[in-house]
Amino acid sequence: MKTINNVVCSFCGCLCDDIEVGIENNKIVKVKNACSLGISKFLNYDKHRILKPRIRKSNEFINVSLEEAIDECVEILSNASYPIIYGWSNTSNEALRIGVEIAELIGGVIDNTTSVCHGPTIIGVQDIGESTSTLGQVKNRADLIIYWGSNPLHAHPRHLSRYTALSKGRFVKTRKERKVIVVDVRKTATANIADIFIQIKPNSDYELLSALRYAVNNGEIEQDEVAGVPVEKIEELAEMMISCKFGALMFGLGLTMSPGKHRNIEAAIALVTDLNKYTKFVILPMRGHYNVTGANNVTCWITGYPFAVDFSKGYPYYNPGETTIADIIARGECDAALIVASDPISHLPIESAKKLSKIPIITIDPHETPTTKVSKVVIPSSYVGIECEGTAYRMDGVPLRLKKIVDPPDGIVSDEEILKMILSKLRGD
Amino acid sequence: MIKVILITGRNLEQGTSKSIGKFSKEYMEKLAICELDPEDLKSLGIESGQNIKIKTNYGEVIVKAIESKQAPHKGIAFIPYSIWANLLLGSSTNSSGMPTFKGIEAIIDVAKEGKILDLNELLKEKFEMI
Repeated sequence: MKTINNVVCSFCGCLCDDIEVGIENNKIVKVKNACSLGISKFLNYDKHRILKPRIRKSNEFINVSLEEAIDECVEILSNASYPIIYGWSNTSNEALRIGVEIAELIGGVIDNTTSVCHGPTIIGVQDIGESTSTLGQVKNRADLIIYWGSNPLHAHPRHLSRYTALSKGRFVKTRKERKVIVVDVRKTATANIADIFIQIKPNSDYELLSALRYAVNNGEIEQDEVAGVPVEKIEELAEMMISCKFGALMFGLGLTMSPGKHRNIEAAIALVTDLNKYTKFVILPMRGHYNVTGANNVTCWITGYPFAVDFSKGYPYYNPGETTIADIIARGECDAALIVASDPISHLPIESAKKLSKIPIITIDPHETPTTKVSKVVIPSSYVGIECEGTAYRMDGVPLRLKKIVDPPDGIVSDEEILKMILSKLRGD
Repeated sequence: MIKVILITGRNLEQGTSKSIGKFSKEYMEKLAICELDPEDLKSLGIESGQNIKIKTNYGEVIVKAIESKQAPHKGIAFIPYSIWANLLLGSSTNSSGMPTFKGIEAIIDVAKEGKILDLNELLKEKFEMI
């Protein structure tokens, strides 16, 4: 058995870079240091694979050569008047860079899964800025950790041991030296290991954040409770926040996906900004897919905008609510879709998924999903970080190089290579 | 029948079974479920493991009720992110780009008839292209 060290896990936004992988006959047989999410990916990536490019003809799939599939993609994209190009959080920065070029060339909209995930976070940050840091700073210095609307023990299982409550930092070394607060609508697994759990009423995060800001700014709250939380508790939390040496507020989709959306994020950022009058405090989003942060960064360096970029006017235009995938599909405006490393048929609200299924979809993905089943063209690709190299951004914006550790199945190439072929053919090279 | 606030979200099983494969038995078993508070199960007169029908303004779905390990949260129902959950969601983003995936009003009742559709059956029923 060959052992490869320091493998970066390509599951969630933690991008844990200390994984040890054992390989025998081009197959992963052992995984060390990863969480159950990482282990499941490394040991099952070769199941439910698509091994041949295919095109839907008369309601059945016909296997075709890669060249024929690329020709069909070019035909669909060239004839579309308002195509959408979507996905990107589960592939490399290099692949996305080509995707942006394709979007510009064909005058389409390029959006990434941020738009139905932490899109409101980005809008909030663009509105009022943010006090942030890397996770290394949190690990070394934070003595107060808050998880708000986030359950890392399920969604980012090693976040606590690598970067926060259970990590051994340079200056803050033990769990005893850190206080952990969890704010959620349910007593999650993460809440069970917190010092304080605040059970908030659903859809009332904005109220509690505003009350905390008022308390931090020495206001006297003239209520018995806010968002189901007694005022004494709110005052206690405010005091804990003010008196810590380095606080870190980590928030999840509990804030972005519930009513209030970007206003919830603005309230959280404003609270952290207020706290910086007293102490050092940072705010960090808990990003889900392993390279969703990269999707924002790459789109931003090339176009100036982090997601939902519309090239139909001949220049990049960004207006969430208008140029975001969920809205374009709901309005029935797009007439073709190129989906890379994503499954919008599963993850969009049903009416939007139905509308999407009625236009020609090209999907580039390593494995079968509901989206590949309703696509016009399907091109299988290799897994970044397992079967091909690539760069990804960790959730705090640190770029890491992902390794190739085994060979892909015969004839399967990377998203980047497939996209380069499409781009080249579209340009008529 | 009970009224609840529906929360869709990630859990460990959603992550691990997704890697095994979306058309795997594990994926359906782990995701076509709804976690309910023990008191809500009692109000419905059912035990963990029985089928329920969830209805919102946007759609309905039959899934298996599971007693929540994160209780008490009476009146809050949790369903993991999946195509089953998304049958219950509306498309409007209120100009934010983001549909509402959490905090949705729903009605839950015992599913006296009907069954939980597997992914292939669900795709055939909802998407005419298949």
